[in-house]
Amino acid sequence: MVLRRPWRLSEMVALPFAPVTTPGSASAAWLESVLRVFDSYLPAVGEFAGGLGRSRNAARDDLRRTGLPPSRQEAWRFTSLAPLFAVPPQVLFAPERGLEPDHTPARQALRLYWDGDRDPLAGVDLPDGLSRLETGVQEALLGTVAQAAGTADSWLVRFNAALAGQVLALRVRGPVALPLELVSDCGEGTGVRPLRLLLVLEEDASLELLQVHCAAATSLTTVVVEAQLAPRARLRHGVLAMGTDTSCLLAHLAVSQAPASELDLTTAMGGWGLGRLEPAITQLHGAAATRLRGLQVAGNRQIADLHSRVRFEGPEGQLDQLQKAVVDDAGRSVFHGAVQVPQAAQRTSASQLSRNLLLSDRARVDAIPQLEIVADDVRCTHGATVTRLQQEELFYLRSRGLGADQAARLLLEGFCDEILASLPESASTWEPAAALLGTARTR
Amino acid sequence: MIRPDAPVLLEIHNLHATVGDQPILKGVNLTLRAGEIHAVMGRNGSGKSTLSKLLAGHPAYTVTGGTVRYMGEDLLALAPEERARAGVFLGFQYPVEIPGVSNLEFLRVATNARRVAQGADDLDIFAFEDLVRERLKVVQMDPAFLERSVNEGFSGGEKKRNEILQMALLDPLVAILDETDSGLDIDALRIVAAGVNQLATPDNCILLITHYQRLLDEITPDFVHVMAGGRILRSGGKELALELERRGYEWVDEGLESSDLDDGVAPALEVV
Repeated sequence: MVLRRPWRLSEMVALPFAPVTTPGSASAAWLESVLRVFDSYLPAVGEFAGGLGRSRNAARDDLRRTGLPPSRQEAWRFTSLAPLFAVPPQVLFAPERGLEPDHTPARQALRLYWDGDRDPLAGVDLPDGLSRLETGVQEALLGTVAQAAGTADSWLVRFNAALAGQVLALRVRGPVALPLELVSDCGEGTGVRPLRLLLVLEEDASLELLQVHCAAATSLTTVVVEAQLAPRARLRHGVLAMGTDTSCLLAHLAVSQAPASELDLTTAMGGWGLGRLEPAITQLHGAAATRLRGLQVAGNRQIADLHSRVRFEGPEGQLDQLQKAVVDDAGRSVFHGAVQVPQAAQRTSASQLSRNLLLSDRARVDAIPQLEIVADDVRCTHGATVTRLQQEELFYLRSRGLGADQAARLLLEGFCDEILASLPESASTWEPAAALLGTARTR
Repeated sequence: MIRPDAPVLLEIHNLHATVGDQPILKGVNLTLRAGEIHAVMGRNGSGKSTLSKLLAGHPAYTVTGGTVRYMGEDLLALAPEERARAGVFLGFQYPVEIPGVSNLEFLRVATNARRVAQGADDLDIFAFEDLVRERLKVVQMDPAFLERSVNEGFSGGEKKRNEILQMALLDPLVAILDETDSGLDIDALRIVAAGVNQLATPDNCILLITHYQRLLDEITPDFVHVMAGGRILRSGGKELALELERRGYEWVDEGLESSDLDDGVAPALEVV
């Protein structure tokens, strides 16, 4: 267990990508196979590819040159990419019918199926306020949010750019009354599925979005979400990601916020052989509200990695971040939380808390808050705790007739509930507590 | 209510226990029959809270000698949850806050664990809601507390009411109430005590652990025991508590000094 404290100036400088994958190594061979497979697949797409082609070639060339991120790079130091190399280098199409989730959509939510191949909007009547983003706008905007967040050169973003053949691009105008649910279920399918989402929330727009990722076999889902929030726009965004020992998820979530906009982002991820989420939020001129809630669950030999970055480009911004992890067996969680408060971001108010529950001696938690504060008139707090289940709490429940297993389970669910309760309401049909804690085989 | 022919529910014989290497209980003897209310008084560190937690099965304590029989069976052989299901209840001095766990759901799971052990059916959510709303009246508790997390943000009085509510739901045969009066103002004390009085029946017994006479003004004990140095040094009727109030604990300490000489041997009960 490693628990480090912040103020590590050495980490504030983004390290350049260095070519490390020597030709012939397993990782280089895997990457090359994946790129080739998508090279031959992508020309057939095109119809929904507005703006993607522009960056694809550059991303592909770049990846071939630099390979996979080296483990000595700070951003990947604790996260092994080994599970990727077992993923067959093939395109993961939509699974056959019957592999679709059998959860019925929550009442009053619009569920879209998302597989990177078919158009999720085909045959769908979009509710008032929600429309397909015009191709020209899409081309102009794609990549700019990640650019604003300073994460356009994130390996996840470049890898996705090299593979994605389709963008789901939506414009939100005014309040959208119907919550949206985007479901990507890899099911028993094997291979690689690239997904890309672009959301533009206009002034005073509001949207509730639940993004669901499921996988039950040896697959890799790579997803990049870009969301642009205009003044006074409100986005309530949930990401619920339920994987299995051999499945991988690499997700980058870039959000730019104009003043007086509100972002409420809750992520819950568990069960992935390799799961990594990268929320990257930029308050373009400060004066916006960002609320982040996250839960990572890892059992067996699973990895749950969350790298968040929140940057304030102007004064009077607010951040409220709570990140929790439950780690069992030989599982591992990594939390790296960067908060950047430059000189211009006076009167920023930011709090970050990482709470971790270790359930086995072999489990490992790396919690790394990283506050970079240059402005002097700010209020920033942070903290990290790593604990085991509390004996007094267990005894209290057992003294009321609950078995030891049941008591531990209830305490775990209680620990997770604080985060899961923040997911959009439509998440309840997926029974997230049972799904996440079940996959980690927690006691 | 003292009935010499009432069945013995709990029989503690020459009980010794340690926490770590530290001996805490040094030969406790106590017999509780159905229908009886006993009060155990004593200073901090006398061992009375240890006794109550040990009876409920707290893992921090190791029994090093003696026996505890509950309805003739070896209580110490049972896990904490088995004791609870069998009808042993501990009302905590400091009820534990459990964020994220719904009080209502917790109460339902606990009640059903006990009911199943009694041979009754599980109660579903609706049947349980009916039951709990009726039992809330015992402690005049606001139903809003059902919707909150277990004890989270409850005041001291609310926590103690929640304990007695659990007692009302679990229908124990032996209820041990560990300093139920601590942290209560006089009104809350009366309400909690009235709840306990309602729940005392000819079939169950209650062991009150307390520092002060004021709880015993509200719940009249049949027996009062005074603990010191890990033993019960004096036992008597309710007058003993009044005498203790009058003479102070130094009076008990005199007895402790003489009995320390024969450590390990249970002192003779002195009935006043």
